[in-house]
Amino acid sequence: MYEPKIVAIFCNWCTYTAADLAGTARMEYAPNARIIRVMCSGRIDPQFVLNAFQKGADGVLLGGCHPGDCHYQEGNYKALRRYHLLQRLLEQMGIEKERLRIEWISASEGDKVKKVIDEMTEEIRRLGPLEIAETPAEQKPAVAAS
Amino acid sequence: MGKPKVAFYWCAGCGGCEEAVVDLAENILDVVEAVDIVFWPVALDFKKEDVENMEEGEIDVSFINGAVRLSEQEEMAKLLRAKSKLVIAFGSCSHLGGIPGLGNLWNKDTIFQRAYHEVPSLEKDNGVHPETKIKVKEGTLELPEFYHTVRTLNQVIETDYYLPGCPPTPKLLLNAVQAILKGELPPKGSVLAPDKALCDECGRNETKPEKLLLQDIKRPHEIHIDPEKCLLAQGVICMGPATRSGCEALCVNGNMPCTGCFGPTSRVLDQGAKALSAIASIIDYNEEEDIEQIMDKIVDPVGLFYRYSLPASMLKRRNLANTTKSS
Ligand code: SF4
Ligand code: SF4
Ligand code: FES
Repeated sequence: MYEPKIVAIFCNWCTYTAADLAGTARMEYAPNARIIRVMCSGRIDPQFVLNAFQKGADGVLLGGCHPGDCHYQEGNYKALRRYHLLQRLLEQMGIEKERLRIEWISASEGDKVKKVIDEMTEEIRRLGPLEIAETPAEQKPAVAAS
Repeated sequence: MGKPKVAFYWCAGCGGCEEAVVDLAENILDVVEAVDIVFWPVALDFKKEDVENMEEGEIDVSFINGAVRLSEQEEMAKLLRAKSKLVIAFGSCSHLGGIPGLGNLWNKDTIFQRAYHEVPSLEKDNGVHPETKIKVKEGTLELPEFYHTVRTLNQVIETDYYLPGCPPTPKLLLNAVQAILKGELPPKGSVLAPDKALCDECGRNETKPEKLLLQDIKRPHEIHIDPEKCLLAQGVICMGPATRSGCEALCVNGNMPCTGCFGPTSRVLDQGAKALSAIASIIDYNEEEDIEQIMDKIVDPVGLFYRYSLPASMLKRRNLANTTKSS
């Protein structure tokens, strides 16, 4: 069976802690997400998302504190706005909207981490692998533009 | 040492970069005086054979403008690379893919379908499209292959320097030529323009509020743009914060927003993502419905954020598997 690769970028204060909780509570969920911790969902540069797709992710999951709960006040709203603009960009680039998802998950919602990752894994399994145009080896820039 | 030998070549571009060389105006005489032009198809009668007959590394500097869309362009870029000590990507198309790079939202089939079958034509033979080989009674004629994907010069050959801009300004070109003549070039791989954002050299930067927030987005034709005030502060999307300086804010001085032709600074990997991030951050709404409403005004995100840099971006092109689906 095809196993999708999901890059999950989680806020340290909530979603990451929730994933930790899911782990210590021994909840079983799809092993397809590789979790990266950031200090706040507002730290998620859209370049991280595109970079994940470019490097072979089939889906990217963003997790932050519930609206009003961000430890830096506004970070999750920023993340939400970037997410919406990114979705519009991805649509034009022929990347299905199910491949990028944003969720608010508080530190106590370990079960939600399980639910969201399971769901997203299934959705992406249905879509199949994402194939980003590779620049063949001979076309790789020998000297990067600085 | 004799005069340095210089070549110019034109790939997938509009010709504006060739014009930029002529725009050196009287300075061109100094340049022509100082160098020996050995190949410049648009202006001088040299042939491909002339280049083929040169030694490896015989040309000191080749300036190549335009992106790589056709097999012929790839072939010429490789030939010039072999014969040149330095290759300089000249202009946005060569540097980042440029306007022709937006063709990466389609592929060869969808472009041919549109150009040769769907658009109205006066030709009664509308519907015939170019083939790479055709037999006529005199023999077989060939045309170069049209690739699915537009590439930047450095995705095809090793590129030593980049002159950004659509087109590069005469001043930057002159600086580059002088640096070459004096042997004072920066490290290989450099973009020959300042490594700061355009806002830094923009005369309107002082009018940009400390905390800039957008309640609305306006397209340039929808408002009377105040010629003194920062464009972003007026709700007009300006690529200045995500674009390299060096043009001296040409477009802003013409009361139009920067569209990003100088590409990103060295710290940015993907100009469009950077610009998208900057714009999303300053939108003054937190509710999804309001966010959606203001974003509806960005009708063409790729054309806005990646106008000159789609082939150089992380995704490079529209997902080929989905190019035929609605777009
Ligand atoms: S956003 Fe545009 S108008 Fe405003 S300071 Fe920057 S370059 Fe100038
Ligand atoms: S203002 Fe922007 S688009 Fe205009 S020349 Fe300068 S970099 Fe290019
Ligand atoms: S601290 Fe969790 S989203 Fe900002």
